Amino acid sequence: MSTENRTPLLRLAKRSEMDPRKVWCIRVASIAIALILGFIPILLTGNNPFAAYGVIVQGSLSRPIYIRQTVKIAVPLLGCALAIAPCFKMKFWNIGAEGQITMGAVAATYFALFWADKLPHFPLLAIMFISGAVAGGLWALIPAFFKAKWNTNETLFTLMMNYIAIGIVAWLQGGPWEGRKGSQLIPMFSDNARIPTVLGVHCGWVIALVLVVLMYIYMNRTKQGYEIAVIGDSVNTARYAGMNVGWIMMRTMFLSGAISGIVGFMIVSGANYTLYSGVANGVGFTSITVAWLSQLNSFAMIAISMMLAILEKGSNTLQTRMEIPASIADIITGILLFCMLSCEFFINYRLIFRHRERKEVNV
Amino acid sequence: MEKKCAIEMKGITKRFGQVTANDSIDLRINRGEIMALLGENGSGKTTLMNMLSGIYQPDEGEIYEDGSRIYIRSPREAYEYGIGMIHQHYKLIEVFTATQNIILGLNDGKMDIAAAEARVKEICSRYGFDIDPGKKVYDMSVSQKQTVEIVKVLYRGADILILDEPTAVLTPQETQKLFRVLRNMKEDGKAIVIITHKLHEVMDVSDTVTVLRKGKYIGTVNTADTDPQALTDMMVGHAVSLNIERPRYPDPQRKLIVEGLTVVDEEGIRRLDSVSFTANTGEILGVAGISGSGQKELLEAITGLYPVKEGSIRFIGSDGSETELVGKTPKKIRETGIGMAFVPEDRLGMGLVGSMGMTGNMLLRSWKNGKGALLRKKDPEALANRIWKDLDVVTPGVDYPVRRLSGGNVQKVLVGREISSEPAVLMTAYAVRGLDINTSYTIYSLLTEQKMKGVAVIYVGEDLDVLIELADRILVLCGGRVAGIVDGRTATKEEIGLLMTHFDSKESGE
Ligand SMILES: Nc1ncnc2c1ncn2[C@@H]1O[C@H](COP(=O)(O)OP(=O)(O)OP(=O)(O)O)[C@@H](O)[C@H]1O
Ligand SMILES: [Mg+2]
Repeated sequence: MSTENRTPLLRLAKRSEMDPRKVWCIRVASIAIALILGFIPILLTGNNPFAAYGVIVQGSLSRPIYIRQTVKIAVPLLGCALAIAPCFKMKFWNIGAEGQITMGAVAATYFALFWADKLPHFPLLAIMFISGAVAGGLWALIPAFFKAKWNTNETLFTLMMNYIAIGIVAWLQGGPWEGRKGSQLIPMFSDNARIPTVLGVHCGWVIALVLVVLMYIYMNRTKQGYEIAVIGDSVNTARYAGMNVGWIMMRTMFLSGAISGIVGFMIVSGANYTLYSGVANGVGFTSITVAWLSQLNSFAMIAISMMLAILEKGSNTLQTRMEIPASIADIITGILLFCMLSCEFFINYRLIFRHRERKEVNV
Repeated sequence: MEKKCAIEMKGITKRFGQVTANDSIDLRINRGEIMALLGENGSGKTTLMNMLSGIYQPDEGEIYEDGSRIYIRSPREAYEYGIGMIHQHYKLIEVFTATQNIILGLNDGKMDIAAAEARVKEICSRYGFDIDPGKKVYDMSVSQKQTVEIVKVLYRGADILILDEPTAVLTPQETQKLFRVLRNMKEDGKAIVIITHKLHEVMDVSDTVTVLRKGKYIGTVNTADTDPQALTDMMVGHAVSLNIERPRYPDPQRKLIVEGLTVVDEEGIRRLDSVSFTANTGEILGVAGISGSGQKELLEAITGLYPVKEGSIRFIGSDGSETELVGKTPKKIRETGIGMAFVPEDRLGMGLVGSMGMTGNMLLRSWKNGKGALLRKKDPEALANRIWKDLDVVTPGVDYPVRRLSGGNVQKVLVGREISSEPAVLMTAYAVRGLDINTSYTIYSLLTEQKMKGVAVIYVGEDLDVLIELADRILVLCGGRVAGIVDGRTATKEEIGLLMTHFDSKESGE
């Protein structure tokens, strides 16, 4: 046929919908492919990829102390991914978790600095916890309010709020909360304001695991979770069903910000014992990856956040032992993300090669 | 008289998970002929045609074009074989002009808009289309958008045209215009397949009729040798009666009083202009009018979804007490205990949650029930199961996303849910659009059943034949105003048709 010459070598066609079990298999396979593709940068540094992966696993899981450090990295990722999930389910693109973490940390730090000697241990921690949640929640409420009232773009708005939050901490660091004059540092928390450890890691991991279960129930079994799912599908349907969309948006964002704020509290009071402008350290962004890779399923988030934490912790070891730059973790994370996103693409589309088709036409 | 065969499908089977949408179907499409494809909702018409347009690939079976076997793997490939399909949902870019949309995605080196425009004009004059190639899509009516889609397909050189329920959104006049064009294309030797549920259209425009039932091929007949009753029996598999009963309710009472209702849209245009009427219990109040005459706004204003500028909407309780609805949100109205059910025109965009199953969609009415924060899924699930059985919804299960159901089954889920709430006022917008004839009659009898239970039914419809058979009174809207309210038992189609264009002298230019 003459038209054949015009057919491109490769093209795309949409697929009909697949069996969900098959879809999950493809996702797992794409993670495996990503890890194999991770060989390439390691080979480029002149090392044996198997050895390097071995070091990553060893460096992150081979000893209790390593495991503890890995978990410490995973906890804020998990917590924050849980925070983002309801927003994303609602198709409210909250990329302001970074700022919400920071504001939660600021509120918790206020009590740690100025109330530590006036309150006993547990009431102090409870107040830090609550104030962190409230501050994160209020910070998230601002863009939600503007979206509900004037339909502003939440993506830009939440992003900008991050920089404001970081700016506030920078100001506190050099100004009112500065410890030693000229140090640009906020003093370390007293022991009274540090959260206790469970099995050697700050108890944030227990909180995060409890949140996993709660979030699962919230999203799948509660009226509010149902409202969120309906809004994510169609705002008009939600209005038709008598839902107050603006109010639900604000409520959900408050909840999301509150969880991020709690993560901020856990970071300052469980890991850093002080506050600085980089307190969120990209967790708010990396957790978007976690939420997305786990398809907003809270149990899958545990696995994904652990995987990313293993990569990060392990590649630090990689740097000291094999002199491979630790940024290899970022590269592999990037490859992971790339593979997962393209796997979503292949779940929806098929590739067609011209070659194969011509042969069949001639049959 | 031997017609030239354009496409032959042999033993085509297509499955979606547990659903067999097409079960070894054989089909011939001839050039110079209009074939109507007929079948109940979910019988697999769209699926079968999607395999010709490259959206799906058959699991089994072969497709031949002019005698040689072909493989259609994408819509683009379908174009290469000269097959073009006009889907129910148009895929046009709103901010582009007609011509820009038509040449979109064609990469023949450079974009020569002027030359393209000339060719578009040539195609239009050849078949008698009436569009302005430079007009932006957002300024177009539904029928104009459809025309753009058809021209787009012709521009790509299609000589086999498939139209999936093209008349569902057209007025009778627009339908006639479309049919004229189709006949011209037939004269030109093109092969045409049209899917429609309206039997009088089948009789009017087609040469042959092919019937599918539950995914199977039943037969092909010459239109001249058949009649609507025979076709219906063939579609359903047993004899059905095509009569609408219109019993009288013994004791009608006023239920909803609308007075001087005026609404204004975002651009400040009056969509409803001092509309007044009463809806009574035990009565079906039909609403007729050219599409876009304010039907949508009227129902949405009553349900609290559209802001009201002036006027009042009063609900009369069973004890005679009056409640003002203007200024209340849908939530407030529901909390006041006013039983109002609404089947909106945009089913998946407004009435249902596409990604959820039947149970999840039943919850849309009852999700607030019960104390505490937890959802109660038991009753909705039971309701979903009941509707599944009672209305014969074709779905593998109550948790299967409704987005994947065929159009008619989506509507059954929606109507079933709304009726189940035992409303005092039941409002439906184009309740049978896209429904097969059997299901349509099921819906009519469901509405009549509701009426005889003392419900005030407001039925916005487009088929005047049905309106004068079904409704007790008919309110005719024209440009947002009430052109008249007539008795359904005595009114004629001509009378209503005249009222529909009553004050239309200035608006009709649009
Ligand atoms: N993408 C899909 N995934 C799963 N099931 C599908 C899909 N498309 C269609 N089906 C199922 O296949 C069957 C046939 O559907 P199809 O849309 O072809 O019916 P139809 O004859 O066009 O009906 P209607 O008149 O209501 O448009 C239905 O039971 C439907 O639920
Ligand atoms: Mg269809």
